[in-house]
This record gives sequence, C-alpha cells and structure tokens, in this order.
Amino acid sequence: MSEPWRIVVAKPGLDGHDRGAKVVARALRDAGNEVIYTGLRRSAQQIVDTVRDEDARFLGLSSLSGAHQHLFPRVCDLLKQEGLNDVIVFGGGIIPVDDRDALFACGIRAIFGPGTPTSEILQFIEEAVQVENSGVGEASDWYWTSSA
Amino acid sequence: MTAEFLTEAKTGDRRSLARTLSAIENRTLRLDEALAVLGPVPIPEDGNWQTLAITGAPGVGKSCLLDGLLTSWAKQGLRVAVLAVDPSSPRTGGALLGDRVRMTVVDDKALNQQIYLRSVATRKASGSVPVIVEDMTKVLLSLGWEKVVIETVGAGQSEVRCAALADRIVVVEGPARGDGIQAEKAGLLELADAVLVNKSDLPGAELHADEIRESFELGIGSTPPVALTSALHGTGIDEAATVLLALPSSGRSVRARWRERLLAFHERKILESPKLDDLLHQLAKGSIDLDEAISLIGAFADE
Repeated sequence: MSEPWRIVVAKPGLDGHDRGAKVVARALRDAGNEVIYTGLRRSAQQIVDTVRDEDARFLGLSSLSGAHQHLFPRVCDLLKQEGLNDVIVFGGGIIPVDDRDALFACGIRAIFGPGTPTSEILQFIEEAVQVENSGVGEASDWYWTSSA
Repeated sequence: MTAEFLTEAKTGDRRSLARTLSAIENRTLRLDEALAVLGPVPIPEDGNWQTLAITGAPGVGKSCLLDGLLTSWAKQGLRVAVLAVDPSSPRTGGALLGDRVRMTVVDDKALNQQIYLRSVATRKASGSVPVIVEDMTKVLLSLGWEKVVIETVGAGQSEVRCAALADRIVVVEGPARGDGIQAEKAGLLELADAVLVNKSDLPGAELHADEIRESFELGIGSTPPVALTSALHGTGIDEAATVLLALPSSGRSVRARWRERLLAFHERKILESPKLDDLLHQLAKGSIDLDEAISLIGAFADE
C-alpha cells in the first residue's frame, strides 16, 4: 500500500462557513488520505506555516466570503516565498467563473463550485499528482476543468 | 537527496524538518541513517524528562490544555515539539487530524518559532505507530528541541502504547466522568505520573480530583500530583506547567511501560514482516486456518 497523501484543508480570512470545507475534508479522509483541518479564520501566513510544518502535498482553500481574489493569491505568493513550490493547491466555495483564470494564473490547479461531486475532487487529486510540475510554484499551466 | 534535506534540517529549516519526519514516518529513511547526519540524541540531565505524553478520553480538553501549557513553556524560552497522534480509520486508512484547530500558540508570532506541531495518524499498514513516534521523537530531540510532547487519545491500544514511550505520562480528566468507582478501575490512571482535572470551572471537578487522589493514596509508592485546570479560562495552567516541568517519575508504572515497549517492538516485527500480507491473503482464501497462521507468525517473530 502506498502512503496516504497529507492534505491541508484551510479556511482563509473572515469567513464563518465551513460546512463545505468539512464535507470535502470528510470525502478526502474517506478516500484514505490524511487531512489536516486548520479551523476557521486563518491568515495566509498561518495556513502556509501549517502546510510547511505538516509536510502537506496538497492544500485546499475554501472561501465563501467573496475575498478569494485577495486571499488565494496571497497564500500562493507566501507558499512560493517559503519555497513550497511543489505543493498542489486547489480551491472551492463561491468563486465566480470570471474570477477563476486569475487564480489559475497564480498556480491554483482547480476551483470547485457548489454542486461539485466530491468524487470529482478525488479524481483531481489522482490526476494532479500525475501531471508534471503541477505544484503552485512550478511551470505547468495545467488546470482541472471542473463541472461546477 | 536524502542527505540534502537532512543537512538542511540541521540548519533549523522547518520544511526540511517536516520532510525528515515524513521520511521516517513513511519508512524511506531509517532512524540510524537520520541520526548519522543529525547527530546523537542528547542525554537528559539527571532526573529531567525529554518526552511527555498527554493522554485522556476524547473531549476532556487535552488540546486546549496543551495549548496553554505550550504557551507557558514557550514564554520561559523552551523549545517544544508536539506530536499529536490521531487514529486512522481501520476501514479506509484515512484520518482527519484536527488538533491544530485548538492550538493558538502556533499562531503567536512571538512564540511560534519555539513550537513545532506535527499531526501523526496511526495508519494501518505501515508498521507499528508507537515505534514510529519514538523514532520521530528522537529526530526532534537530536535537532535541539528540548522537550517533545506526545498527545494521544487514550482510547486504543496503539495510542496508549504511544503514551507509554514517553518519560512521563500526564492523564487529563474532566468532571462528570462517572462516580468514585470509575477512579478505582484499572487502566490509564495507573500509568499516570500526574493527573490534570480540566474544566475545573464546571461543577464536580473538585470532587473528581478528590476521588482520584483518594484512589492514588490507596496504592503503593509515591502519589502523583493531581491538579485542577480550566483551559477555557486559563486558570491553573501556569501552575500546572511549572509542576509538569519538574515532574519526577512516579515510578508506579515502570514495569507496565517496559511491557508496552516490548510489545510494541514485537508488534513491529510482525507488522513489518513481508509474510504478513501473504498470511492475511491465505487466511482470506481459506487455504490456512488461524492456528496455522499464528504458528507461522510465531516462527518468524523469533527469528
């Protein structure tokens, strides 16, 4: 058996809605991964510290507050600054389709909107580790096209 | 490549430290290989502990309480690493590691350089967890972390065994955890070098602490300290931190702990044997029965 992936699921910023993050965390856990949940209202630096100290392979960011255009790129920048370039970042929540290209440009490899089946997130995880240079600070311009 | 993150870890780089621990956890790096680069585990000063286990039933407030203790120790200038052990699902192997949610000290910019927190899942197939935790502990000590705290849910055998690895065991209790007879039952409390009754703001905490004290006094040997704390209100935390830092071994559980450690190594031998999967497969097929499997396991455990 291969070792489970370590995945941090994080709620950046002032956003008290974590049902979605918990559902995703649970789905990832049930698929055999080790999920580290940060809890609510974390700063970008706190999230990056957690990814570093827990040696996570993936980081999932959830935002329903509308501040994703500020918070997600900030997290990505800090990850790169800390040399955590190979961490694969994905996001979800209320994130309009028009906003997504800018996030993909920061190195985020998937954005999942409301209604995405959790199985799709698991497929993304499987595929993302196969893609070369899919880390947040790596060269690939690949991203997952989500159904919602 | 291995040597690269090891040498980086030696310079204090947190990411390389995290990678080293992963490599130990995943069994891609052996402890002796790591220590060859990192240097030996320092020998503790006479009577001082290097590793402390915090254990207790789910929901008694271990993580919140530990957060308070860590804050207190970090303010005194100590460098403390925490291995927070949570169970993996025996069905899927997955785990939800939620101890960070309650840890505020890792977010305190003035203190978080002195605290390292790592979540550890018990996993199912990669060998005996307690032994891995012991290896991870040694890596942390050799890298200059002065104290390593192992936080476990005192619920399963492997978690109790993790606790038994530590130099000192602290059991966290809460009020309203049953009547006096519960304190008399055999179990985790027998291993304790100290007991903290948390949630002291709730009714029944004093009474419960008294019951535990009484129970200890009926036993032989020195009585472990029993202190009241309220992680919620921060009462009793600094006092508890001081008591724990100078905590002597109660000497009550030395034999029980050696037993746990021996069992852990025995279990590791079985779990890491290449024959294990094969035997399980044959059992599932029905080509051997349990007695045969046991004798086969016995055969290689003695090798």
